[in-house]
Amino acid sequence: MYKYDSYDQTIVDERVAQFRGQTERFLAGQLSEDEFRPLRLQNGLYIQKHAPMLRVAIPYGLLSSKQVRKLAHIARKYDRGYGHFTTRQNIQFNWPTLESVPEILAELATVEMHAIQTSGNCIRNVTSDQFAGIAHDELIDPRPYAELIRQWSTFHPEFAYLPRKFKIAVNGAVEDRAGTLFHDIGVHAVRTASGEVAFNILVGGGLGRTPILGHVVREELPRQHLFTYLDAILRVYNRYGRRDNMYKARIKILVKELGLEKFRAEVEAEWAHLKDGPSTLTQDEIDRVAAHFVDPAYEKLSAVSAEYEKRLLDNKAFARWVSRNVFGHKQPGYAAVTLSLKKTGIAPGDATDAQLDAVADLADRYSYGEIRASHEQNLILADVKLSDLFAVWEEAKRIGFATPNIGLLTDIIACPGGDFCSLANAKSIPIADAIQQRFDDLDYIFDIGDIAINISGCMNACGHHHVGHIGILGVDKHGAEFYQVTIGGSQGLDAALGKVIGPSFAQDEMADVVEKLIKTYVDLRHEDEHFLDTAKRVGIEPFKARVYDKKAGHSAAEVANV
Amino acid sequence: MSEPIATVRPEPVEGQQSDSVPHLSFDKLRTNGNQIIRDGAIVRDEWTLIAATHAEPLPAGRVIVPLARWLAERDALTARITEQNQPLGVWLDGHEDPAKLADAIHRFAVIAVNFPKFADGRGYSIATLLRSRYGFKGELRAIGDVLRDQLFYMKRVGFNAFAVRADKDIHDAVKALKDFSEVYQGSVNQPLPLFKRKRVPEIA
Ligand code: SF4
Repeated sequence: MYKYDSYDQTIVDERVAQFRGQTERFLAGQLSEDEFRPLRLQNGLYIQKHAPMLRVAIPYGLLSSKQVRKLAHIARKYDRGYGHFTTRQNIQFNWPTLESVPEILAELATVEMHAIQTSGNCIRNVTSDQFAGIAHDELIDPRPYAELIRQWSTFHPEFAYLPRKFKIAVNGAVEDRAGTLFHDIGVHAVRTASGEVAFNILVGGGLGRTPILGHVVREELPRQHLFTYLDAILRVYNRYGRRDNMYKARIKILVKELGLEKFRAEVEAEWAHLKDGPSTLTQDEIDRVAAHFVDPAYEKLSAVSAEYEKRLLDNKAFARWVSRNVFGHKQPGYAAVTLSLKKTGIAPGDATDAQLDAVADLADRYSYGEIRASHEQNLILADVKLSDLFAVWEEAKRIGFATPNIGLLTDIIACPGGDFCSLANAKSIPIADAIQQRFDDLDYIFDIGDIAINISGCMNACGHHHVGHIGILGVDKHGAEFYQVTIGGSQGLDAALGKVIGPSFAQDEMADVVEKLIKTYVDLRHEDEHFLDTAKRVGIEPFKARVYDKKAGHSAAEVANV
Repeated sequence: MSEPIATVRPEPVEGQQSDSVPHLSFDKLRTNGNQIIRDGAIVRDEWTLIAATHAEPLPAGRVIVPLARWLAERDALTARITEQNQPLGVWLDGHEDPAKLADAIHRFAVIAVNFPKFADGRGYSIATLLRSRYGFKGELRAIGDVLRDQLFYMKRVGFNAFAVRADKDIHDAVKALKDFSEVYQGSVNQPLPLFKRKRVPEIA
């Protein structure tokens, strides 16, 4: 992974000093609440319901064991002993004091970490594919480009005060595991007719209040033009994006209001001035950064491990875990392991200090000291030998990270919601918990198969509910917490937005609703159909009919649509 | 030169102040000891800023007029520069297009860019364009809601003068110009990104 040189370290250290000064001036009354707000947000610091919340950047999800131990230490010393992995490959601490934040940042800087631009109206922490560098279907490793974008965007002076937040994702594979269609800018590697790898640049995607898929604004952009093209897009947005209404300030609204053609013409006109200018990338720089992402020293192994095969035959529980939590690897004899942070009874994405320490140990022993965070809020050991899988499973069980549910019903994606977030309309975590409790039969969950349930506590869609096969959105109804349900959303190359099935539900109805949706699917599915396939084939009507069937006990009082 | 796509003027947002003109009130500027930061030093400001609402004849001396006034009285103002030997400045608001100054850019001793709210970042792109596209070499001044914690970014996009908001300590603000000793990306005051200045591999 990327290792800081003295320049990177200087910039991060100077940021710590700068933020320390800003915090002191705020506490001394020299900076007003309004003046301090954008400064602290650009350092990941929110004022939440109970306490400040600090969001720490995990650039494109990559962590070393040393960094994970530092996160464990921070959870222990400054928080209540746990952290929360987010849907954007970051980690949040929910209970630090404002006064302690400069100290936390100083500690993070010692392990090449920071909280720069994890919030605020600026270019946010860049995200990518959690299987980058090891996937079978990769055209290029996206990590060097994600790192280059991280550096380009860090304290970019022209774009520090944009109309609204701005998210960039990079994907280097055929399948889109980075959700590039749902980002303000998606950078998607493609192979050109001449065999070169170039980038399709997508713009204007996003979830939130106005969910919309991104459009390709530029096809096959040669790689050296990446920064100048991004500069051109950002400049058009910075100048013309709406600042009068925060709900219409994202770039997607600008693209929509102008139309893609006019938007593209503006960007191209701007780019004509910037193209081949000083910010043009050099092969030397691409090579310098790419050298940080070379493969670890893999052992030459056979593609099969007799010991592993025997374990699979002997141990059904292990085989079950492998079938869900182990992902194929480009290197023979290796696999990627997803540690599930979705155990029933634990808020999705939460990890304790002890668990973090244990994961760091696992990474050191079995996976070259590296850990990855996924946007599904799980952790990944990317380079595990097949012959070590059994041992890793046993260890993961011990720390509570071996739930065999990756991609299954209980692998629920949920934002912190009303338990922590001051923007929430409704709670998310208790809904996730109620669904997990309801579906406690592992055989049934395996029979249901692949399904994604996403829960957001409000329109901001941090739980990506629009792209959940079942999406659950917290809404406020006359001051009460209700939930709107969508089905048929999906991520990836054929991404789609879910459709609302009808009036919203009370909190205690939600487990029933999900159960009815699942039963409808089980009744109607063809062989080999997943929930999403059936939902697409039959549409929402059969689901709706079942869920809202009054005879089945749906409360008659619940009629108003939200 | 493309026209601005939209001339969006920020509407007051609930709970927030209306913007633009209030920060250009002379009283406020004067109360900051009539000082500005120029090229890293705190100096006396010898310029008078003319508000957008000012309709009377211009006072004598060094004035910074709004863009609209420059466009409306271009001949007379040009004569003021060339015949009366009076240096002239012009100021732009966040929604205004710097391209409108392109054909006369070298006439101005000062161009000021208004930040209606410090968190309104349009001025950063305007400054970048004035310097890098239209070649402005004179004093580029940030006016309006100009606060310490934005000065470093402002400097990087080409501002060399800062009219720090009246109620703020200008001696405190000037320190921000040294917040960072190194930067990654290219910008006006350092067009070469780090990778072209310092990370260039040694030639074998
Ligand atoms: S979706 Fe809403 S409730 Fe959930 S974390 Fe985001 S802002 Fe908070």
